[in-house]
Amino acid sequence: MVAAPLGAVAWSAGGLRLSPADLAALRFTLTQAVLSALVSVLLAVPVARALARRRFPGRGVLITLMGAPFLLPVIVAVLGLVAVFGRAGWLNGALALAGLPRVDVYGLQGVVLAHVFLNLPLATRMILQGWQAIPAERFRLAESLSFGPAQMARYLERPMLAEVVPGALATVFAVCLTSFAVALVLGGGPGATTLELAIYQAVRFEFDLGHAAGLALVQTALGGAAALAAWRMARAAGFGAGLQMAPALRGPAGWRRAADALAIALAAGFLLLPLGALLIRGLPGLLQLPDMVWLAAARSIAVALLSTAVTITAALILALAVARGGPRWLDLAAALPLATSGLVLGTGLFLIVQPVMAPTRLALPVTILVNALLALPFVFRLLLPEARALEAGYGRLAGSLGLSGAARLRLLTLPRLARPIGFAAGLAAALSMGDLGVIALFAAEQGATLPLVVQRLMGAYRTDAAAGASLLLVGLSFALFWAFDAGGRRAAA
Amino acid sequence: MRPPFLAATVVFLAASAATAETPVLTVLTYDSFVSEWGPGPAVEKAFEETCGCDLRFVAAGDGAALLSRLKLEGAASEADVVLGLDTNLVAEATATGLFAPHGQPAAAALPVAWDDPLFLPYDWGWFAFVYDKTRLTAPPASFEALAASDVKIVIQDPRSSTPGLGLLMWVKAAYGDRAPEIWKGLADNIVTVTPGWSESYGLFLQGEADMVLSYTTSPAYHRIAEKDDSKDWAPFSEGHSLQVEVSGVLAASDQPDLARAFVAFTQTPGFQSVIPETNWMYPASETALPEGFETARPEKSLLMTADEARAARDGALAEWQAALAQ
Repeated sequence: MVAAPLGAVAWSAGGLRLSPADLAALRFTLTQAVLSALVSVLLAVPVARALARRRFPGRGVLITLMGAPFLLPVIVAVLGLVAVFGRAGWLNGALALAGLPRVDVYGLQGVVLAHVFLNLPLATRMILQGWQAIPAERFRLAESLSFGPAQMARYLERPMLAEVVPGALATVFAVCLTSFAVALVLGGGPGATTLELAIYQAVRFEFDLGHAAGLALVQTALGGAAALAAWRMARAAGFGAGLQMAPALRGPAGWRRAADALAIALAAGFLLLPLGALLIRGLPGLLQLPDMVWLAAARSIAVALLSTAVTITAALILALAVARGGPRWLDLAAALPLATSGLVLGTGLFLIVQPVMAPTRLALPVTILVNALLALPFVFRLLLPEARALEAGYGRLAGSLGLSGAARLRLLTLPRLARPIGFAAGLAAALSMGDLGVIALFAAEQGATLPLVVQRLMGAYRTDAAAGASLLLVGLSFALFWAFDAGGRRAAA
Repeated sequence: MRPPFLAATVVFLAASAATAETPVLTVLTYDSFVSEWGPGPAVEKAFEETCGCDLRFVAAGDGAALLSRLKLEGAASEADVVLGLDTNLVAEATATGLFAPHGQPAAAALPVAWDDPLFLPYDWGWFAFVYDKTRLTAPPASFEALAASDVKIVIQDPRSSTPGLGLLMWVKAAYGDRAPEIWKGLADNIVTVTPGWSESYGLFLQGEADMVLSYTTSPAYHRIAEKDDSKDWAPFSEGHSLQVEVSGVLAASDQPDLARAFVAFTQTPGFQSVIPETNWMYPASETALPEGFETARPEKSLLMTADEARAARDGALAEWQAALAQ
């Protein structure tokens, strides 16, 4: 699925060469992606630990809300960040009141800030899932052996992190590889040229498809290399199966309690303030949305639900196959779409479809397919560790009972995997809601999805209506995510 | 139940047969043209009243995206007319060999002479830096004054945006070999460079910059549609670059007569009268402007010929990148 569009673009004009400008773009892309991945994951570890071992009112809501930035359409997220951290933002307003110098968000620091904003929620959730996947029995055993925080870290937390962190790093790295709008808006100028922007230049400016395909191949290869490295580095923690009792994790008292509270408060403030800014900007426009916005919203929801069904089915099949010792290339294949250039993917599909029929007639099916494809790596990553644990814990039992096929799916796989499936489905649905990527290449007069309408509103000076429609988009993405996530948790309980 | 159902089927079949006989004219254009707030809906209605045809728009990003789409599709394109290329793309579009002559006289109301056998202008505007009068009282009056000031601007990337490319060619047309020097001077004024016009205009409205690269007609939107007179554009002594938007007939069209009729229609009041308040550009034929649309005009217009623009483009981009990439 990834290879065919890439191949189609390469086929239409072969050849790979990298100019000095491309190398500069490659360097900047790598720098920002590595920094973004490291910062996101380093910050995510204390936040995930604090969330895993503390109980407080509103914890569930906070965890769900903190996931919202990842679901935002990029340009909406950037405007929210700018409202808080920009030159005329809240932060600089507060600093000026206190007589302190301004901070400048435009530059490499701004790119990393935005990527951390977008990816910290994902990293936190991946690591938090790791904590929750440690069977409660292990924590009870640790408690009965009077483990202190140090032993706890050594015997339970570090082995778990060694399994989860490489995957989280590779995922964030790969997401940031394809960064385009964030890097451009907050990067401050052409010094912040990423590979994706170089691909834009090749397609739109030079009309050199061979060059574009070459750059896209480099980008995808980097993502693939990151996935491979993560797979080599990650070691199975080997905690074995548990009875899925409620985790009995009791947080240590003393300064660690204050540190956990601080970690949660800082993360919540960092992630929720820009969302608040979007809410304030969007509310007035929400009341005067034209009818076509609601039509587009309905269309977007339908696209999101269909592509979620496709993604979950494909990811579950892949994850179960890999967990049962299927070929390792499946693992890599599922990771590839992460680092694939949206523009090249769309152009390639266009080249494939166009000789057969008018691309505009296929706008929605192609969008569903591409959204499903782009969400696949995340969903696969989320399902794989759980599928492995399931196979390790219950595979032999199920085998000796002759449990297979639909019965195995119904009695073992789906109930045991309900929580990650729900979370992954929510993520896939929300990602599909927010994605603009391919529809723009295929869309006709009718058939626009909500993100495309937001873009059209912004392009027609309708800033208020655009802010309102963005808020609607965020609200709907979030509602879909919440419905699947809560459904999964309920089914698991 | 059966007879009414049968009758309904017959009526339905007859109706679809009638639609099948109506010729379909497909116009490939940019995204904002077809949106509910763009000229698309009114233009479609006006043209369908006279043509006895079904006018369909297909949208593809912006002007530059149109051209790359055409190159992808080649002669197999379902489009009959392309609407929305600008003068910086015309030479490239001519070189594809995909266009046929439109056979119309030159557009009447352009501030410069511009005649091309393949492409007919339907609207135009001047690029300009737009500012908020309540935030900036004395805007700079030239690129050099801007570079010397500490006024902050947001601009668009020429690689992904047509206005961004317009600014690149504006500086090149005004300063020639001195362009790199001007860009170096502007480097510390530029807050950031966005992928498209809408992001930078949004940042400007949020107060992130004092001025934004847009059009002299942008303040008219705020004045007419929002009853807000706080925005204005800054006249630059070098003169202002023009953006001229054109349409053209595709040689491979299966409706060549209808396609030429549509391009001719772009010069008539049915098309021209909706342009000012939907596309927020100047109409290309003599048309009365809505009240408040225009307060002043630049004294001097700059426009490179299509061939000059094509020859200068790649070098200008390289200079821009070198001057702004620290």
